[in-house]
Amino acid sequence: MRMNRLARALAAVITAAFIALPPPGLAQQTAPSPSPAGPTPGPGALSVPFADPYPSTYTPYPSRPTLIRNATLLTAAGPAIHNGSILLQDGKIAAVGADVAAPAGAVVIDGRGKFVTPGIVDVHSHMGDYPAPAMQAHSDGNEATNPNTANVWAEHSVWPQDPQFPRALAGGVTTVQILPGSANLIGGRSAILKVVPARTVQDMKFPGARYGLKMACGENPKRVYQNRGPSTRMGNMAGYRAAWIAAEAYKRKWDAWNATHKGDPPQRDLTLETLAEALRGDIYVHMHCYRADEMAQVIDMSHEFGYKVRDFHHAIEAYKIADLLAKEGIAATMWADWGGFKMESLDSVRANIGLVDAAGARATIHSDDPQGIQHLNQEVAKAMFAARRVGLNVTEDTAVKWMTINPAYALGLDDKIGSLEAGKNADVVLWDGDPFSVYSHAEKVFVDGAQLYDRDDPAQTWRTDFELGYVKAAVRK
Amino acid sequence: MFGAALAALLAGGAVARAETVAIVGGTVYPVAGPKIANGTVVIHDSRIVAVGANVRPPAGARIIDARGKIVTPGLFNAYTQLGLDEIGAERSTHNDRAHDVVAADFRAWEGVFSRSAYIAATREDGITSVGVMPSGRFVAGQGAVLDLTDGVASEMLRRGPVGMVATVETNGFNGGDQDEATDEETAGPGGDVPPPASRAEAFAQLREVLDDARWYAAHRARYDAGASRALGASRAALEAMIPVTQGRQPLLLSANRVDDVDAAIRLAREENVRVVIVGGEEAWELAPRLAAAHVAVLAGAMNNIPQTFDMLAARQDNVTLLRRAGVQVALVGNGGGDEQVFNARNIRYEAGNAVAYGLSHDEALRAVTLGPATIFGVADHVGTLAPGMDANVVVWSGDPFEFSTNAEHVFVRGREYRDRSRQDELVDRYRHLPRKNN
Repeated sequence: MRMNRLARALAAVITAAFIALPPPGLAQQTAPSPSPAGPTPGPGALSVPFADPYPSTYTPYPSRPTLIRNATLLTAAGPAIHNGSILLQDGKIAAVGADVAAPAGAVVIDGRGKFVTPGIVDVHSHMGDYPAPAMQAHSDGNEATNPNTANVWAEHSVWPQDPQFPRALAGGVTTVQILPGSANLIGGRSAILKVVPARTVQDMKFPGARYGLKMACGENPKRVYQNRGPSTRMGNMAGYRAAWIAAEAYKRKWDAWNATHKGDPPQRDLTLETLAEALRGDIYVHMHCYRADEMAQVIDMSHEFGYKVRDFHHAIEAYKIADLLAKEGIAATMWADWGGFKMESLDSVRANIGLVDAAGARATIHSDDPQGIQHLNQEVAKAMFAARRVGLNVTEDTAVKWMTINPAYALGLDDKIGSLEAGKNADVVLWDGDPFSVYSHAEKVFVDGAQLYDRDDPAQTWRTDFELGYVKAAVRK
Repeated sequence: MFGAALAALLAGGAVARAETVAIVGGTVYPVAGPKIANGTVVIHDSRIVAVGANVRPPAGARIIDARGKIVTPGLFNAYTQLGLDEIGAERSTHNDRAHDVVAADFRAWEGVFSRSAYIAATREDGITSVGVMPSGRFVAGQGAVLDLTDGVASEMLRRGPVGMVATVETNGFNGGDQDEATDEETAGPGGDVPPPASRAEAFAQLREVLDDARWYAAHRARYDAGASRALGASRAALEAMIPVTQGRQPLLLSANRVDDVDAAIRLAREENVRVVIVGGEEAWELAPRLAAAHVAVLAGAMNNIPQTFDMLAARQDNVTLLRRAGVQVALVGNGGGDEQVFNARNIRYEAGNAVAYGLSHDEALRAVTLGPATIFGVADHVGTLAPGMDANVVVWSGDPFEFSTNAEHVFVRGREYRDRSRQDELVDRYRHLPRKNN
């Protein structure tokens, strides 16, 4: 793990030794390895599709027990706690309440006039696979060579030195899902990452997070493949269905072999393997889909093949079918107010998130943008006040969920992150004012209890390798 | 000012009503002077007739009670493509660019789509004037200022041209877009002549065009007689460049890299033209020189990403530092998210973010009212609350830069607009589910 200045300073205090790299991933495999002699083949060579061949090597940065007190806590798990305290210890939230005692040696932060929220979770980002600066050499987000590239994994494109990462962290974002682009009907696997300084993407991977599968409706895939198809929305649907049919057959073949382990295992196919995992429910389907009518057809398709859509992304028209989304238990992930950039985004309304939430569906903000990700609190504010303007009674307690526990749910991580509750990972943001005011900033950001951003201590700001010599440290005041 | 004259003749709303309105009791920010507690603003017909603490509402005036509220000039987003690009990915709806690389004669406002759904949506957020600017690969053409009234574009026109748009970043890489973040086109509809291959060529060609325009202005007879020297642009383009060479019309030059900002300052001095920097992500580094050279900057308050090698030093307090040095500024959107069309309305949040990064509230308000009005030469009509000004006035429920605030009354040229935008109608239709017809 790269030792940044912050880590170095903390290490000096607690004299924690850094391990250069955790043990190789193979040691963690549980796959059967009936190799009689010679060098042990890797699980890929043994056709074990359930392996985790690129495992997380994330370890939390060093932390000290930290108590924030006298703050307003927007917990995303109930009503706000005013003049409340929160204790971060050993990487977890140890206590939340009106009165929490500081253990000996704890850092105590006076939160008077300040707010605390869970770390923000963004389920739709392309940081690292469309990094800054935008260069031909950096255009790693769309494998636009085939309408179905379920075989690609976004993590294999992520550049950990993308200067967009530290800026997202400074906006209070602690967990992101990095997705392949939407050129393809089926774009590939997502990567769930912690927003932390790291030398390798494995060092950023959220331990235990399930993969997502990016799929895309509508204009993008049909535009990219006009010559070979799909070139129409009906072509899009035919493309997904053909892929699911093939995946279904592949899954059956593997299910049969797994039941007996007799004979040669079927040959692995990366494309079908990912799709089969989605059919099994082990990989969440995240589907880029703008129009209400298309979402409804995708829902029918999910019934046809027996899988679940976890989350519709960019769901501009979710408000038109919010009742259907609630009934199906499908989350909707939305912008506050983007629109007009193509026909399928024309019906964007700022009340979208509020209307979806009011209908009982999981409503989530997302950025899809390295600028927007830096102020998702502001985007939620726009959505919250827009909802109030149309008569919905949306409190800050509800709105804070749109950027924390609801996106955590969409990633299947709501048992670990997304709320201020004892036992959860200490991903916490201290804001210098109401996070739904345009004038507020994230002041301190903690990931697993480690303070990785401090607005008041610019000398410690995480600078990526790229910035060295190009972006003067003094500039980042 | 034929647009204003047309509006006076044709715009049924404002003129026919001859309404007198007194906005009383609010905290008034005239921008031209200090804020007025418990102030009154009187509107008659299309103009403001009185502003002050001790103004008595005229008999018969419609009274708007603004106690506890904020009254400001209508906000002014200096740099948009409102009405030029309705649907980002649909070229058939685009009217923002010309075929030619040197398209000085392109007048962006002549392509404005007055039925754009975004005009009402922008206006209902308290934005009453916009700069409408062409896009292009080098010399893009002339921009204008529109007031967001009803009617066709010529009626909306406040002033055009207000500036000649050009860029020195002619060799940028545009293929690294975020997935959905942008759908900008990388080039025009297929000009035959390529743009300058790099910035030094761009500056050289800019100088040549200026020189050619001067020569042409002095030798029209020779030109018409077919005895012209070789010229690098069409007759119409050179004709359009003449006001720029005379310093009567600013060159709105897109430049971000500090070296380009430096070159723009030198160009202004050497060519004796008025330059306004557009973008100016690294302009803060040369703030004192920009101030001394009277080079204004249109910049945003939200970008801090080194998106290209031309903005490695981008920072959110750029405008704050520029203003502190005395540079004339106008805020424009640079935070991503359709900020030049669909979300041109979000300029008030850009101003709020500018305050969050150090600009004073008064300066931020100025940068979305009087600042752009001054830069574009329309400060005699819009940008302040003062007698004789066009009545572009907004009554806000609170701080205009806060998300919690609504624009409660919006006047453009004296007419109050009570908009129900396309977006409002969509919400009305789907507010309660299931709908009866499904």
